[in-house]
Amino acid sequence: MKSLVGLWEKNKMDDKEKKQDSLYVKLIPYFEKYGILLLLVIMILVMHILQPDVFLSWRNVTNVFKQISWQSMLALGVFMVIVTAGIDLSVGSIMMLSLMILAIVAKAGAPWFIVVLVPLFAGFLCGLINGLGITLLRMPHPFIMTLGTLYIFRGTGNLISGGTPISGFTDEVRYLGHGRIDLTWLGLEKSQYLPVSLVLIAVVYFVFWVFLNHSRTGKWIYAIGGNPSAARASGINVNKILIIVYSLCGFLSGIGALILAGRTDSGYPNAGLQSELDAIAACIIGGASFFGGRGTVLGVFAGVMIMGILRNGLNLMDVSSFWQQVLIGSIIVLAVYVDVLRRDFGTRK
Amino acid sequence: MTSTNKLLLEAKGITKYFGTITALENVNLKVHEGECLGVVGDNGAGKSTLMKVLSGLYKPSAGALFFEGKQHVLDSPKDSQNLGLEMVYQDLALAGNLPIGENIFLGREPTKNIGFLKFLDFKKIQEMTSAHLEKLKINVKSADQKVEELSGGQRQAVAIARSTAFNAKVVIMDEPTAALAIKEVGKVLDLINKLKSTGVGVIVISHRMDDIFTVCDRVMALFQGTNFAESQLDKTSRDEVIGWIMGKK
Repeated sequence: MKSLVGLWEKNKMDDKEKKQDSLYVKLIPYFEKYGILLLLVIMILVMHILQPDVFLSWRNVTNVFKQISWQSMLALGVFMVIVTAGIDLSVGSIMMLSLMILAIVAKAGAPWFIVVLVPLFAGFLCGLINGLGITLLRMPHPFIMTLGTLYIFRGTGNLISGGTPISGFTDEVRYLGHGRIDLTWLGLEKSQYLPVSLVLIAVVYFVFWVFLNHSRTGKWIYAIGGNPSAARASGINVNKILIIVYSLCGFLSGIGALILAGRTDSGYPNAGLQSELDAIAACIIGGASFFGGRGTVLGVFAGVMIMGILRNGLNLMDVSSFWQQVLIGSIIVLAVYVDVLRRDFGTRK
Repeated sequence: MTSTNKLLLEAKGITKYFGTITALENVNLKVHEGECLGVVGDNGAGKSTLMKVLSGLYKPSAGALFFEGKQHVLDSPKDSQNLGLEMVYQDLALAGNLPIGENIFLGREPTKNIGFLKFLDFKKIQEMTSAHLEKLKINVKSADQKVEELSGGQRQAVAIARSTAFNAKVVIMDEPTAALAIKEVGKVLDLINKLKSTGVGVIVISHRMDDIFTVCDRVMALFQGTNFAESQLDKTSRDEVIGWIMGKK
């Protein structure tokens, strides 16, 4: 009798195991990881069907990548910050200030390699200021510190440039944002070139993917987002990691400034205005959680692409930019709602 | 039996002020090899503060810590970990978004060098995790499972596994059964007994008399930040210990 009961218990447990391992449940982690890419592919297909001649043409595809190039840098930086459950509202201003410094240094006649390094250094320094402010001044939330520096950095950019555009850079300075890699040796036409900014996106995203997923510091960034007190109790210097994260975010904004300098050939006061919101939107669409600890580099890239393709596609179809705003906003809400639903299934409460 | 075992950790005259508040005053504590010390006391008696001093999270205002006979000053949890003193926190200091293995090795991840760069050695993390969970007879589906997918008891088991992954000599547990379902309490207490049998000194802070009288060898009571009473477990009773908690002898 006892063994019968035991057998029955065992069967019950087997059933439970089976239920847990059903196909549907097995698919959840994949959906979690690659669902956003699915959305991206669907979007590309829809755009292709709506604009079969233009959308997937060489010219338009490279155009999309050129348009998202500098936003993708800001988004990647903001993503790292969001993983720590923080926020950086100042990336647009960091980019503008770095761009203005670049322009001034270029106009002063500095050699090109200095001009190229200056915005990276300036961006890093701005990020460092954010990081130090958040940790040393013990700001109650990064929102406040970076809201402050959003004004401070843009104001400083206007002060040093007099609020007027500064134009005209050398080809070396413009290379990352404007350069073309010739592909005629592959038998392609002269117009079918590879933008340097596309290669730059790929390289930077790969490096940061390795950093976040395969280095200790990267793992600790996720751990801080997951549970900061756990990270602290594990002996991780949370403040040091946060300072690194905000500095890297600033550095990436500096790269954004360098790309923008190449694309527009000018430093101008409105550069990157409200681009911090685009960057945050791309992260959220890409599956990063505001509560920290969640999200992937691939997801952010997909988020940036989705916003870029949406804008590009709607422009091709001559849809007003007001509708673009409405659509991007709707996608943010929808993407997060899908995430909420997924978490209801995926996590034990 | 405990008095013959090697003395592992001793705190002498620990005092801690927070501004004008005296959280601990002249508190003494001893733990031997393979011994479990129960620390009881009402809310605000200073139990958690004492544990945070022992783990290096707080610096004592006065008093000294001795580990295996030598005096040490702990500047951070890292210092106490290096000595072999581990803490299992009440709020389960685990990152739910990370897998079990990465939680166990958080802050001390094994790495491998590729060129001049250091990369996480995921294979080693997984192997070490499986071996360690096996040793403690902790059952989970896989070391890759995220901690947020585990039950409260499993999480506590992971937290304890984490504390013992690096040859800990003393493990301090703050309310190890507080957030658990009744049937999971037994498993965690079994785990504590298993640790003791391997020679680890365990300090358990608990409100639950069942916990204290199941796993501890000795019990001490704190009252308003001071040593109030202490006894071998077999020389006292639940009622007496409950009386100590309320400040009655």
